[in-house]
Amino acid sequence: MIDPRLVLLLSAVLFSIGVAGVLLRRGAITILMCVELMLNAANLAFIAFARITGGTEAQIYVFFIMALAAAEAAAGLAIVIALFRLRDTTDVDEINLLRW
Amino acid sequence: MLKLIGLIPVLPLVGVAINGLFGRRMSKRAVGLVGCGVVLAALIVSAGAVLDLSHLPADARYFETSFGTWLPLGPAGPHNEAVTIDWGFALDPLSAIMILVVTGVGFLIHVYSVGYMAHEEGFARFFVYLNLFLSMMLTLVLGSNLLVTFVGWEGVGLCSYLLIGFFYDRPFDVRTGLTCADAGRKAFLVNRIGDFAFVIGMLYLVTQFATLHYRTVATAVAGAGDTHHALLVAVGLLLFIGACGKSAQIPLYVWLPDAMAGPTPVSALIHAATMVTAGVYMVTRMSGLYVHAPEAMGVIAAVGALTAVFAATMGITATDIKKVLAYSTVSQLGYMFAAAGVGAWTAAIFHLMTHAFFKALLFLGAGSVIHGQHGEQDITKMGGLRTKMPVTFLTFLVATLAISGIVPLAGFFSKDEILWGAWSGGNKIVWGALAFAAGLTAFYMFRLAFLVFYGSYRGEHHVFDHAHESPRSMTVPLSILAVLSAVGGFVGIPAALTGGKDLNVFHHWLAPAVAVAEAGAEEHSVALEVGLMGLALAIALTGIGFAWLVYRKRPGSAGAIAGRFRPVYALWRNLYWVDELYEAVILKPFYAVSRFFAGFDRWVVDGLVNASAIGTDVVGQLLKLFQTGYVRNYALLFLMGVAAILVYLTV
Repeated sequence: MIDPRLVLLLSAVLFSIGVAGVLLRRGAITILMCVELMLNAANLAFIAFARITGGTEAQIYVFFIMALAAAEAAAGLAIVIALFRLRDTTDVDEINLLRW
Repeated sequence: MLKLIGLIPVLPLVGVAINGLFGRRMSKRAVGLVGCGVVLAALIVSAGAVLDLSHLPADARYFETSFGTWLPLGPAGPHNEAVTIDWGFALDPLSAIMILVVTGVGFLIHVYSVGYMAHEEGFARFFVYLNLFLSMMLTLVLGSNLLVTFVGWEGVGLCSYLLIGFFYDRPFDVRTGLTCADAGRKAFLVNRIGDFAFVIGMLYLVTQFATLHYRTVATAVAGAGDTHHALLVAVGLLLFIGACGKSAQIPLYVWLPDAMAGPTPVSALIHAATMVTAGVYMVTRMSGLYVHAPEAMGVIAAVGALTAVFAATMGITATDIKKVLAYSTVSQLGYMFAAAGVGAWTAAIFHLMTHAFFKALLFLGAGSVIHGQHGEQDITKMGGLRTKMPVTFLTFLVATLAISGIVPLAGFFSKDEILWGAWSGGNKIVWGALAFAAGLTAFYMFRLAFLVFYGSYRGEHHVFDHAHESPRSMTVPLSILAVLSAVGGFVGIPAALTGGKDLNVFHHWLAPAVAVAEAGAEEHSVALEVGLMGLALAIALTGIGFAWLVYRKRPGSAGAIAGRFRPVYALWRNLYWVDELYEAVILKPFYAVSRFFAGFDRWVVDGLVNASAIGTDVVGQLLKLFQTGYVRNYALLFLMGVAAILVYLTV
């Protein structure tokens, strides 16, 4: 059996990659994919904890998050497509409509 | 018609409604007809009601009607009894005299105003105010309790303010630099001081005796005994301060001379015949309380006598025809209060009535003179108007003789009853002051008459050439008032003059309505009473003689005398510098304090409010910088926030 700490470490690495992607990349699609990466990192952590505690709560959370991620991806992609039609770009630095 | 007394104050209100709503589109003739008509109606109802009242037996002459509860105060008295105050009107011999004087003299002055105000803008506005005043004055005198009276009391004050400031944009007094609107404000504010005391007095009555009803107060006070003596004196004094404000007594008299800024009929109606006597009326109404508070009565007598003398001296040097009459009014009101103070209630009301006749006549006569000379009010620029305005002259002369106390005109009887009341009540000092004031009165009144109607004209010639007698709508009321001033005193002939036969109708009429102090007056011989009358007459004649000497025999000697007694003259001419004293002692510090608090408000209070606003604004400006619109920026801040929370939770 794999040491859960290793799994948690992998989760942290994945999460950090996701965060770095969100902060550094400019393409909206890439950012959404990085968000998915962060969510999956969280799922991985939950599974590790479920294995440590032997309970089922964490697994339930994982299902929730998966459902949420699917919904978020649908909504996020819809927004990106709408933005692309409006602006002809998916570069988030050019889409600063909420500026003061 | 007794049941209709509630209608009496309402009738003038009809005039207010009609002229107020449609007056500007109606002809002046129609406005005048409505304005006078409603007063005539009120006069007829009043006369009918008083006639009905007189048919009742003397001790049953009291009729009260209530239109429901006004203030159900609940438990309020000293024993937690339920106190309610009604919207009630009452007619008794005292209010009967008042409503007849108010509607009677008021009607004549309304008629006169039609002529006097004929060329004025705001003709309808004038009649609206005048009718409203009459309605309020009738509420004041008919009220069956102090609070209803107070409604009228404040209402007449409002109308007085409105009418003094009627020519609101005209300058009025060079000495004080007042405009007419300022004069109105001054009257209003000085009156508020008195009203404040009045209200406190009423509150004491409610909390200590659980009633404001005149009759109940009288019985409650009589049953209160000695334990409440100090309270009674305090209430008496507080109410008297209110009366001082309304009736222009020392020290609250300063507004009345400036009230002359109003149109002359207003001066006649409000500031001579009716409203200013409200204080005397109220004090007499409360006689049941005052007889149990002799100290308060002493103060009233002293203030009244002092006012009578002081105001008379100021009348000597005034040169504005209306101001002479204003000081005279203050002085005569002092007489009435002195009479009330020595317990001669009937004499006070008797003088109130005769004074209403001859002082209204004097003012209307003065108005006629002013009208005939196109607004000239300075008596040093008049003279010889006798031939130009014969009716005005004759009626004015009757009034002058009446106020001077020449037998057998109205003023003689009422003034001598006051003097006799003071003497027989044992107040020889009050008697002396009043007798002296009587001499002064005769002097300055005849000074006025001589300067205006005799000698040669001292103003510009074209004014004299165009001087004319007033229209009939003015001369007819003058004539009627002249008749009243001449014969009005016969209702109160003292027994001493009729060989012991009791013909004093007035006395008998009023007796059930006023309280009499228990301490019986000392017995005095008829000879003494007649002798004092003769003495008073002699004093009046001396005053007239002096006036004749100074202003007729040697015209010009007035200036020389003024020069000889320059300090006294200056003192009187500047009205004892009382206005200046108020300015220095009350107004200046008041302004300073006001300025301080204005600064406090502007810098400290507003400062705090503005500081919080500025603080919010600064924070907002700072936060604004974070709103870049860049998604990754927000994400970074989000991350930093999460990191901060994690650090906080773990470390």
